Amino acid sequence: MSTTAQHAESHAHGHGLGETVTHNAAKFGMWLFLGTEILLFGGLFAAYALFRAKYPDLFYESHKKLDISLGTINTIVLIFSSFTMAMAVSAAQKRNRKWLMILLGVTFICAAAFGVNKYFEYSAKFHHDIFPDTNIFFALYFMMTGLHMLHVFLGMGIILALIIMAKQGRFKEGNRYTPVEVGGLYWHLVDLIWIYLFPLLYLIG
Amino acid sequence: MANGVMTQTQYIPYLAQKGLKSWILTTDHKRIGILYLVTISFFFMIGGLTALGMRYELMTPELDFFRSTTEYNVAFTLHGSLMVFFFIVPGIAASFGNFLLPLMIGARDVAFPRINLLSFWIYLAGTAILLFALMQPADTGWTFYTPYSIQTGAKVIMITLGVFVLGFSSILTGMNFIVTIHKLRAPGMTWSRLPLFIWASYATAILQLLATPVVGITLLLLIAERAFDIGFFDPAKGGDPILFQNFFWFYSHPAVYIMIIPAFGIISEIIPVFARKPIFGYKAIAYSSFAIAIISFFVWMHHMFVSGISETAAAIFSFLTMLVAIPTAIKVFNWIATLYKGSIEFHSSMLYALSFIVLFTIGGLTGVYLGALAIDVHLHDTYFIVAHMHYVMIGGTVMGFFGGLHFWYQKWFGKVFNELTAKAAWFLVFVGFNVTFFPQFFMGFQGMPRRYATYPAEYISYHAISTYGSWILGLGILIMTVNLLLPLMKKSNYPKSSNPYGSLSLEWQVPSPPPHENFDKIPTVTDWTYSYGKNRSEANAKK
Amino acid sequence: MSTHDHSEEHHTGLRVYGAVCLTLFVLTAVTVYITKFDFGDMNIVVAMIIASIKAGIVALYFMHLKFEDKLTWIYALYPLFLLFLLIGFTIIETFTRVPVIR
Repeated sequence: MSTTAQHAESHAHGHGLGETVTHNAAKFGMWLFLGTEILLFGGLFAAYALFRAKYPDLFYESHKKLDISLGTINTIVLIFSSFTMAMAVSAAQKRNRKWLMILLGVTFICAAAFGVNKYFEYSAKFHHDIFPDTNIFFALYFMMTGLHMLHVFLGMGIILALIIMAKQGRFKEGNRYTPVEVGGLYWHLVDLIWIYLFPLLYLIG
Repeated sequence: MANGVMTQTQYIPYLAQKGLKSWILTTDHKRIGILYLVTISFFFMIGGLTALGMRYELMTPELDFFRSTTEYNVAFTLHGSLMVFFFIVPGIAASFGNFLLPLMIGARDVAFPRINLLSFWIYLAGTAILLFALMQPADTGWTFYTPYSIQTGAKVIMITLGVFVLGFSSILTGMNFIVTIHKLRAPGMTWSRLPLFIWASYATAILQLLATPVVGITLLLLIAERAFDIGFFDPAKGGDPILFQNFFWFYSHPAVYIMIIPAFGIISEIIPVFARKPIFGYKAIAYSSFAIAIISFFVWMHHMFVSGISETAAAIFSFLTMLVAIPTAIKVFNWIATLYKGSIEFHSSMLYALSFIVLFTIGGLTGVYLGALAIDVHLHDTYFIVAHMHYVMIGGTVMGFFGGLHFWYQKWFGKVFNELTAKAAWFLVFVGFNVTFFPQFFMGFQGMPRRYATYPAEYISYHAISTYGSWILGLGILIMTVNLLLPLMKKSNYPKSSNPYGSLSLEWQVPSPPPHENFDKIPTVTDWTYSYGKNRSEANAKK
Repeated sequence: MSTHDHSEEHHTGLRVYGAVCLTLFVLTAVTVYITKFDFGDMNIVVAMIIASIKAGIVALYFMHLKFEDKLTWIYALYPLFLLFLLIGFTIIETFTRVPVIR
């Protein structure tokens, strides 16, 4: 194979990757990772489909013990946090550090509110002697919301890291805001999964 | 070729830096490749030793080597877990993949070097958890089938947690490779010029990325089943034990291709070089890797034909299983067509590649028997399965692994091994392997079940031959290992040329061992990787 | 290369995001409200259609999928295909089992 030397523009930049390449690679990598997340929850969705088809009455009766208003509030909170996250990315693109930090902060608070809400929900369930081994429906309920909650916590960690990075001025003029965008993608997925969990668990007609 | 390449004297090879820290904190894909290579080889040795122990036990029908049948169960669980999770799944993909991928596509490193290191450390953490758990004997087999895995006293939670962590490492590696292949190819390295090893790595990466999370959730559910008694897999609680198998094989069948596709890639690289011919059917080989990656998601239930699944599903899956044989056969035909009228040089790596074709064909064809529903019911859980699986995994993957090791040895380490000894070791491996596993087809067909420490006396001759074979195989691997390790300890044995086999692929155009950043200047590719033969004089002239 | 010179940047602002957020709120209200009506077996289908519309909006606008290249689309959709495969075949297998009569 004959090759000719090419002056790599990237040579000056340390490891040798152009900034656009790095940015696109990071975004694409996150999309790939989100695909794995969907399939991780996929096992639970498959189990849900199977058992709901098998035991429709059990699912209907059990779901009445869930608090629809708490679920609805959490859905609203999470959607709103997704909105503030999208706005945060927009602020990062405009290099607006103040708004970036405010919006990330609001997103973090929403995530925390979601967690607190969930805590009350779980304790109410335990109080009424409802545990993962109560029946298949609640096993699914605790597994699905629990795994989702784990992702919320991870997301909170990411948002916190972004706030700290923003505070240090990492996303100022001339710097990349890639971490904000990639972290945002992750957070939207957390919202996206909840969008399905909510009707599947709380709204069985 | 190669204006973009430094001469031997003016560069710092990637192996130059010494000290522990330069290894454990490295983000250099070549060093991470070596870290994987060393770790997986170590586990391969341990897994091999447990196998030798099992074979020794099976020399006679009675229990003699192990103290109890449980001890035998522990041995095969250890053997299966080590070989599958520690060696063969991360095996070629992580070691050769890491080392070769950026070199072959003309990049300085993978897209996310730090995630690459992280993924190695996650792999190590997973092995540590798993090994710690296996210190208390486990007897579930590597498949952790429910309900036994829920009832047994073994530390199933720890073991599955270990496998879960290993899976995470697999996912990150897959993600990294896909992004690297899409975003970091050198100018001119178009998809139709891409080396076939890269195509194979890409197909593997898709499977690593998208199949692994399903086994992740399966193992999490198994953990929850044991910890919280959730009852997904427990019929007494309305659950379904077969659901576990559905989930498990949804990953583990594609995982079989995670194990074998990288070996296809290695064979596709070795054969054209030593046949001095352009690879035949380049596109067919490249696309068939993808076809396998996609079809492998449609066939998982063929592992469960006798588990009590529905006959409708079994019939559908028996049919779909036949489909996966097509792209695999396409590859074999194309390799043979490449060899046809080539001027073949029998380098040790070529010998392994040729054995791959022979042995993998046997393994693959017996797989077609097993895919046929009616025959599978007869042969299920017999030594026929054991033989089939080892023909595919050793005859396929391990032969590819050894072949790749001999082929790229100079590039990895900048040293030369003794070719004659390598050939002798190959002979012992090839003969030993066949003597070990070919009799198992017969005893399986006659009904010898797998996973038993004792057996009726009528099978003794088959078992005895098989055990003798395992000794030959073990000796061959031992000689090969020593032959490959010795040059590393000497201060001599340097290669005469950076491209001794006259390969046209990019990784051979840099010095051996390659410089830290691979290329002085990123090369621009202007020709196909496999233009051997007609353009050979031209290629030689440029060398 | 200047920092601003990358084709992938899209300045979607408050107006679009606000509209998206409101749409999602409305759809949430709708999906809660319609549980009062019984469509029989179609309940789950209706709920899933609404959820998918919401998820689609989140992906397209919040996650900028609308502006992404074909490659990202493929890797966003392929996992969903595999998910349907897993659910579909598992369901087919479970509900075509013939009970063994002894």
